[in-house]
Amino acid sequence: MTAIRDFLKTFLLWELLLGLRLTGRNLFKRKVTIQYPEEKAPQSPRFRGLHALRRYPNGEERCIACKLCEAVCPALAITIESEEREDGQRRTTRYDIDLFKCIYCGFCEESCPVDSIVETRIHEYHMENRGENIITKQQLLAVGDKYEKQLAADRAADARYR
Amino acid sequence: MAELIELVWILTKIGVILGPLILSVAYLTYAERKIIGWIQNRNGPNRVGPMGLLQPFADVFKLLFKEVILPANANRFLFLIAPLLALMPALAAWAVIPFGEGLVLADINAGLLYVLAMTSLGVYGVILAGWAANSKYSMLGAMRSAAQIVSYEIAMGFALVGVLMAAGSMNMSSIVTAQAGPIWNWFWLPLLPLFIVYWISGVAETNRAPFDVAEGESEIVAGFHVEYSGVAFAVFFLAEYANMILISGLAVILFMGGWYSPFHGLPLLGPVFDLVPGLVWFVIKVAGFLYLYLWFRATFPRYRYDQIMRLGWKVLIPVTVVWLVVLALMILAGFGPWFD
Repeated sequence: MTAIRDFLKTFLLWELLLGLRLTGRNLFKRKVTIQYPEEKAPQSPRFRGLHALRRYPNGEERCIACKLCEAVCPALAITIESEEREDGQRRTTRYDIDLFKCIYCGFCEESCPVDSIVETRIHEYHMENRGENIITKQQLLAVGDKYEKQLAADRAADARYR
Repeated sequence: MAELIELVWILTKIGVILGPLILSVAYLTYAERKIIGWIQNRNGPNRVGPMGLLQPFADVFKLLFKEVILPANANRFLFLIAPLLALMPALAAWAVIPFGEGLVLADINAGLLYVLAMTSLGVYGVILAGWAANSKYSMLGAMRSAAQIVSYEIAMGFALVGVLMAAGSMNMSSIVTAQAGPIWNWFWLPLLPLFIVYWISGVAETNRAPFDVAEGESEIVAGFHVEYSGVAFAVFFLAEYANMILISGLAVILFMGGWYSPFHGLPLLGPVFDLVPGLVWFVIKVAGFLYLYLWFRATFPRYRYDQIMRLGWKVLIPVTVVWLVVLALMILAGFGPWFD
């Protein structure tokens, strides 16, 4: 009996009709595509994108050149040189990140004792010439200044879990 | 002088058929991408022009401006003539297709035979393309395609014999007029198994999914047209889609009542629906079959090669043979509204 049923099922292309029914239903389902430049997927406040160096509200840069980020960086993407400033504080003279080496793991941000190096939500950036993949201290500070508001808000949103 | 006018008149008619045909090929590719996109919960092309409606033109111009690369050891003559050999029969077969009552370029008596001959010729383009390119993938694609088309031609031919018996004519227009009447008067109902066999073989003949082993992009790159680029590739593309429309048009003419409306001849609905010109009904029905092509492609994985052969020889051909006998008995008995 089952043999006859199986034969009929194969012969009448039953499973194929079931497949057609499934795809036919999907034809009318809501489309899930996000039309990228106009629409964007929601981002977490923990998103790890382009790096930035932050400042204190009084304008003093946070980084104290402890080099913990340089030490923890698994891709060796961070290069730091430091000197004593006129007022006797230790500060970086060079803070370079190679964006091609960086794997965006966020360890630098986690290791930083003063919340100086952070990763922003920016992920749509590009380089047009060789060498532009290495961003300098000035560029990092500029990014930090530009997005400070969002950076502070994101850190505040995540503060409970840190 | 009269002959010259006759010639110009025929050429005009050819242009009137081929122009819309090529345009519908362009929009068939668009429909294919849209519908398969929708089935996969995507939007399909929507960037070029409103709703992506200019996408086919963007594709065509891209192909036209690309270089036609001749492989180093290819047979130049055959390599370049193969796409034309594929395209020519696909277009030539349209000469005998009646689009409406009397709307036919050549109303010849052996119309169906002519169509069968033309669709069979199309395989030479594929075989020559595969051979002339001197590439193993092309060769494999061509061999698969040749074996497949030859096997399915038999099942298809038998299915068409059923139509011949039912209509008692090989003239396409009289095959349609033999089906005059509402939807249950058309040949699809008494010839249902033959209709299904015809459609499956038609999908196989045009090398479309799930029988697209000739291309088999996951196994043999792109099959017979691996080495083609630019215009030469575009011509193959055009031939494939023109063939799809042709097979759909034949399905409509042979089984789905050609240009008749589904309520033709009914007391109340009939005259109302007959106000719509026959050409429109024809186009709507053809579009329905073309949609089936796209639906199949979005649904079914490719048949394995030996499964295709098994289906063709051990399932479809026996079915047609059995049903031809049943059909002969039905005609002898004057069965139903079809054979009285």
